[in-house]
Amino acid sequence: MKNLSVSNLLGIKYLKSEDLNLIFETASQFKEVINRPIKKVPSLRDITIANLFFENSTRTKLSFELAEKRLSADIINFSASLSSVSKGETLSDTVKNILAMKVDMIILRHPNPGAAHFLSKNLNACIINAGDGTHEHPTQALLDVYSLTEKFGSLKGRRVAIVGDIMHSRVALSNIYALKMMGAEVKLCGPKSLIPKHIESMGVTVSSNLNAVLNWCDAANILRIQNERMGTVYFPSNREYSQNFGLNFERIKQLKKEIIILHPGPINRGVEISSDVADSSHSIILDQVENGVAIRMAIIYLLGSKLNIKSND
Amino acid sequence: MTSRILLNEKKIEIILRRLCCQLKEKHGDFSKTILVGLQPRGTLLLERLVKLLNQQGFINLKLGKLDTTFFRDDYRRNEKPLNANKTEMNQSVEGMDVVFIDDVLYTGRSIRSALTAIDTYGRPNSIELLVLIDRRFSRHLPIQPDYLGAQVDALQGDKVRVIWSKNSAKNIVYLEKNSE
Repeated sequence: MKNLSVSNLLGIKYLKSEDLNLIFETASQFKEVINRPIKKVPSLRDITIANLFFENSTRTKLSFELAEKRLSADIINFSASLSSVSKGETLSDTVKNILAMKVDMIILRHPNPGAAHFLSKNLNACIINAGDGTHEHPTQALLDVYSLTEKFGSLKGRRVAIVGDIMHSRVALSNIYALKMMGAEVKLCGPKSLIPKHIESMGVTVSSNLNAVLNWCDAANILRIQNERMGTVYFPSNREYSQNFGLNFERIKQLKKEIIILHPGPINRGVEISSDVADSSHSIILDQVENGVAIRMAIIYLLGSKLNIKSND
Repeated sequence: MTSRILLNEKKIEIILRRLCCQLKEKHGDFSKTILVGLQPRGTLLLERLVKLLNQQGFINLKLGKLDTTFFRDDYRRNEKPLNANKTEMNQSVEGMDVVFIDDVLYTGRSIRSALTAIDTYGRPNSIELLVLIDRRFSRHLPIQPDYLGAQVDALQGDKVRVIWSKNSAKNIVYLEKNSE
């Protein structure tokens, strides 16, 4: 019987390749479940999960909520803007109060890098990181890599490009860890101002020539420009960015092979990706969304199994 | 630990042929029937039964493999996690006669979870249970088989092992006695 090597999901960095394989195997079974006429299993009927979102989210929040409901968990939702955080309560106090209400698991999105890590060190609860600032977004990386393994089988030797705002993207960092763990080659592409210095030390290569990168790769993950995290100007204009790093159908047409296009959403159509590519047969954006629910069900199920009922008494 | 052979391949073959006859008697041409092997080990018994039924001219059988892991009642109650197997149910069970097929019936808890799991594919007309081995006097729930290979009396702690080999002459069912 296999189990995860961790009790919290703080980042891909802390996982092993066996963990990823177990999550993917379990997600495949849950994907079958969510395509049944009745899409619900009773496994987590005695578990309560708090979704703490200190930052805006559409897909991740809905996906987690749906995954929890499909597993029959009880859930409570929390948005920072509607809470006592605006009255000056600290993160630690907010979460301690929520845990005092007998909550078993915390899903945390927070604008500060390391927020989930901080909580896991200070509190005795199962924590899943749903994005911490510019640091990691493990569930997004898991669903991206899972979607790619569905298409390619093994990722060993496959070439994956990550294009766009690498500097501010937690999706990029988690994807790099996960892709490298599964044996893929990773190339980053974007304006030099948005590529972190010394990123090559993670075993990736960097290029500023999008056409060359597209010709090199089997799949390209296109990232959004994270304007909300930029304190200064990193490139002259969206129009110029789009001309140099925007993926459009002209670029796809000149390729000698088929490539797969991913995007974690939300899409800024016409900036990093044009509508005709986003809606084309190359794009697996909606597969990613479907797989997101299955992946999150798998993670919650596997981490939940570590909340032994005897230790709760 | 001592072990005792309960069934050898010859006996297994006789039992499987009898079970096929009983299924045919009840289900006729199997047009409204789905045979569902319970993962992981019930599917191996299902394969043997299907082979025999195919030899007897029943070709287009409706089959399924059902994994009940997510419907079990011991999630979070063991040190070991519950890992799921593949489910292959390619049709709705709405209005169909379902026959669950499993190798050993022990506490009945797996069957209870299968009864819940099958509901997610529709409302069957009826559900029956076929098992190769029934461990008597060890049930935790009011569940009994409709088609039965053999009954065994075994103490708690003993294990009934069903070995399906690629070479069918080596198929065997044996009882592992707990020596304590």
